[in-house]
Amino acid sequence: MSTATLEAPAKSPMSTSVSETPARTRATNRTIKVSIKRQASPESKAATETFEIPYRPNMNITSLLGEIALNPTTVTGVDTTPISYDANCLEEICGSCAMLINGKAMMACSALVDKLMGPNGDGAITLAPLSKFPVVRDLAVDRSVLFENLKKVKAWVPIDGTYDLGPAPRQFPQVQEQRYPLSNCISCTICMEVCPQFNEATGFVGAATIAQAKLFNMDPAGAVLKPDRLRALAGDGGVQECSFSQNCVQACPKQLPLTEAISDMGRDVFVQQVKDFFTR
Amino acid sequence: MAAATTPRIIVVGGGLAGLSAVIKIAEAGGKVDLFSIVPVKRSHSVCAQGGINAAKNLKGEGDDVLKHFDDTVYGGDFLANQTPVKQMTAQGPAIIDLLDRMGVPFNRTPEGLLDFRRFGGTLYHRTAFAGATAGQQLLYALDEQVRRYESEGKVTKYEGWEFMSAVLGSKGEARGICAMNLRSMETQTFPCDAVIICTGGNGAIFGKSTNSVVCTGSAQSALYQQGAYYANGEFIQVHPTAIPGEDKLRLMSESARGEGGRVWVPRDKLDKRAAASIPEGDRWYFLEERYPKYGNLVPRDIATREIFKVVYEDEMGIDGQPMVYLDVSHLSPERQNKLEGILEIYEKFVGDDPRKVPMKIFPGVHYTMGGLWVDFEQQTNIPGVFAAGEADYSIHGANRLGANSLLSCIYGGFVAGPNAMAYAKALPAQEGDGGHAAELARQKQKNQALLNNKGTQNPFKIWRELGETMTKHATIVRYNPGLDEADAKIVELLDRYRDVNLSDKSQWANTSFAFTRQLYNMLEMARLMVKGARLRDESRGAHYKPDFPNREDKEFLKTTKASFVDGAPKITFEEVDTSFIAPRPRVYTSS
Ligand SMILES: Cc1cc2nc3c(=O)[nH]c(=O)nc-3n(C[C@H](O)[C@H](O)[C@H](O)COP(=O)(O)OP(=O)(O)OC[C@H]3O[C@@H](n4cnc5c(N)ncnc54)[C@H](O)[C@@H]3O)c2cc1C
Ligand code: SF4
Ligand code: FES
Repeated sequence: MSTATLEAPAKSPMSTSVSETPARTRATNRTIKVSIKRQASPESKAATETFEIPYRPNMNITSLLGEIALNPTTVTGVDTTPISYDANCLEEICGSCAMLINGKAMMACSALVDKLMGPNGDGAITLAPLSKFPVVRDLAVDRSVLFENLKKVKAWVPIDGTYDLGPAPRQFPQVQEQRYPLSNCISCTICMEVCPQFNEATGFVGAATIAQAKLFNMDPAGAVLKPDRLRALAGDGGVQECSFSQNCVQACPKQLPLTEAISDMGRDVFVQQVKDFFTR
Repeated sequence: MAAATTPRIIVVGGGLAGLSAVIKIAEAGGKVDLFSIVPVKRSHSVCAQGGINAAKNLKGEGDDVLKHFDDTVYGGDFLANQTPVKQMTAQGPAIIDLLDRMGVPFNRTPEGLLDFRRFGGTLYHRTAFAGATAGQQLLYALDEQVRRYESEGKVTKYEGWEFMSAVLGSKGEARGICAMNLRSMETQTFPCDAVIICTGGNGAIFGKSTNSVVCTGSAQSALYQQGAYYANGEFIQVHPTAIPGEDKLRLMSESARGEGGRVWVPRDKLDKRAAASIPEGDRWYFLEERYPKYGNLVPRDIATREIFKVVYEDEMGIDGQPMVYLDVSHLSPERQNKLEGILEIYEKFVGDDPRKVPMKIFPGVHYTMGGLWVDFEQQTNIPGVFAAGEADYSIHGANRLGANSLLSCIYGGFVAGPNAMAYAKALPAQEGDGGHAAELARQKQKNQALLNNKGTQNPFKIWRELGETMTKHATIVRYNPGLDEADAKIVELLDRYRDVNLSDKSQWANTSFAFTRQLYNMLEMARLMVKGARLRDESRGAHYKPDFPNREDKEFLKTTKASFVDGAPKITFEEVDTSFIAPRPRVYTSS
């Protein structure tokens, strides 16, 4: 929260509290120690660098990384490069900034330093890239697999066209209330990172994709592709790979009802398989 | 590029505007290459909270599209050209229906119809919403349609590519773009018959704002430096209610007030009681008192100035700090539920539960009304370069009404897409290589110069100083001496930029390199904004000069057009289209 003192209004319009780093003026001698697993390119070897940054209240991990960019020098005084990482919205809605923070998959922009430094406020923080996706550089990873999976389950409503066809069918609030939470998925891939089944051996699509398939099956017009979606989720890598560890639902930053979605879709996939068996 | 084959269109930017354009082109049989810095699903549009306007009149209030038209023009203090505004508001209801058909989980009434909430600058329930995450839901719906076209081979995505400049042919017409791969750092040109720029806002010029990190305005500035007009750059919306923060100003949407949220400060500035325990009679609801008809839902420029005055002139900020209360704690749980998305943001980042205690907020830079100059077909003055969304200037005049941006993005994309197709079909074959080799060489030379620079200036520090100067002199209240100071400062920063030093010279996923290239463009754009503000000696919408407190229609009912001449902004003025509604005084106080 801003802490700047009141400014004289004359000729100095907007409070500099909005542009400056107000808490700077209150900075104590406390520092934040942060160790970051770095890797210059997909092929190069990883190494850890440690930084010490002056403590300010209310920092998040992304502002910590911004602070390093201003002065990229390690704790031993070695000049280095700013850290590469993905971030855009800084308010946990774009899904860009997932990483391992103190070993846990979290969104960096909503991870507050004060909460991460332990009860005494002196604990060190560690940052590392997500472990199940190819590293691009430092904390940035390639998560395009999720977008590919969304294509496989046809996660869209196949509208006839964009011309004016009048209103959509009515939809009771109860249906909207079921669909909206699923539609909140920010494609952060944390559910995939924490899933024991999400690995090359199983080829599991992961919880997010299954939840999106359910979302579109629930849409009155989207339901027309329901059989296609269910077939895409049948067999190897599909919904059957889930081992119900429940890690996903606990880690999801947007609290999607993932286990419910997986079990609903598991049932629907089974029904579809039976149907397909008898109509073939 | 031969026009006889399928037209090839490049769309730069995958927010609501860009995706809307892509969908129209793919639907009409064109081929699209879609470029975006971030995966399009992570574009800034995802942040929009409150909703999207359209006069569907589902609440028995007698709302209609002409009232929406009038509210928009009046809210924009008559600076917007009226023809496109009229078309946009007329298409509003059909656009909402389309989004509904695409599966956007809009909130519903018990009968299953779309629900609407109130927003600023209107007396009607005109804003369709999906909880408090409307932008996310709309962006996803369009993203899904584009994914469908992608899987059908009609759209090719270039995510993680940054637009650097347009490739211009022998007659100055668009023949392609030059872009940089943000992983391999390769710079390359791509051919096309027309390009649509949908690169969003430019909040980063102010350091901290409610915008996302990539909203630098860099692409618009690059085009301005290549000869495009940039219009009304001085009109920057400062949103009244944002959470002051370390790294960014997190918005508390106008929907909080639309659902009944109230803005107040303690009547006694020495009142030290906890907000929740201050009785009704000891609270000063200054907006409701001064604007009995619109109350907390006056347009943003007005609410922002009032909060600013309460804090700096009346010295009534909470605890003497630049903050006032935004209170939703008295609302019913059902209403609070509709605001869940934003209340969660407050709880997460501040730590207090806004369902129980009033939020502490202050204005923050939010939106640019100005942008690339376009004609009514969304084409810039560079033939074949179109623009739409927050990146163009066309709809919002001197002040944007809440929930009108999402509509203008979709409208703009829907107009730009088909027009770019028509243009491309009629385009004669290019001469020579269409300017590709020359543009590639120019960009590569800029890259080399930056990498070889042995200076001492840290780009992030230059950026911080730019943000401080712009926030101080070019936001809520503007004075000519301050604007002169800002211009001198930017010139100094441009000078220091020549001495910039990259601590990272590697050629793989080098984010500071890309940022440093953007920074130059931010500096050039900041100059044109300040110059436009300096010359406009009046007050209109978001542009407020205490030394010139009145709107001066005779001299300034004009669009500001900046062009880049001899390395500096040159300002000319253009008549505004007022063919439907005669300008009248803008007064929200009367009851
Ligand atoms: C917090 C917040 C809440 C808001 N709430 C509302 C609301 O409730 N209602 C409303 O109507 N409006 C709202 N707005 C405004 C609205 O969200 C934006 O104006 C709108 O989303 C802009 O959309 P756009 O398509 O123009 O650009 P954006 O969504 O910003 O997309 C820009 C795109 O361009 C790309 N890009 C940028 N530069 C380059 C480059 N050089 N090369 C390649 N690609 C590039 C980006 O990657 C991105 O894909 C809100 C704004 C904010 C900040
Ligand atoms: S379901 Fe949750 S954890 Fe998985 S991608 Fe979506 S938001 Fe992230
Ligand atoms: S930066 Fe968008 S989710 Fe963290």
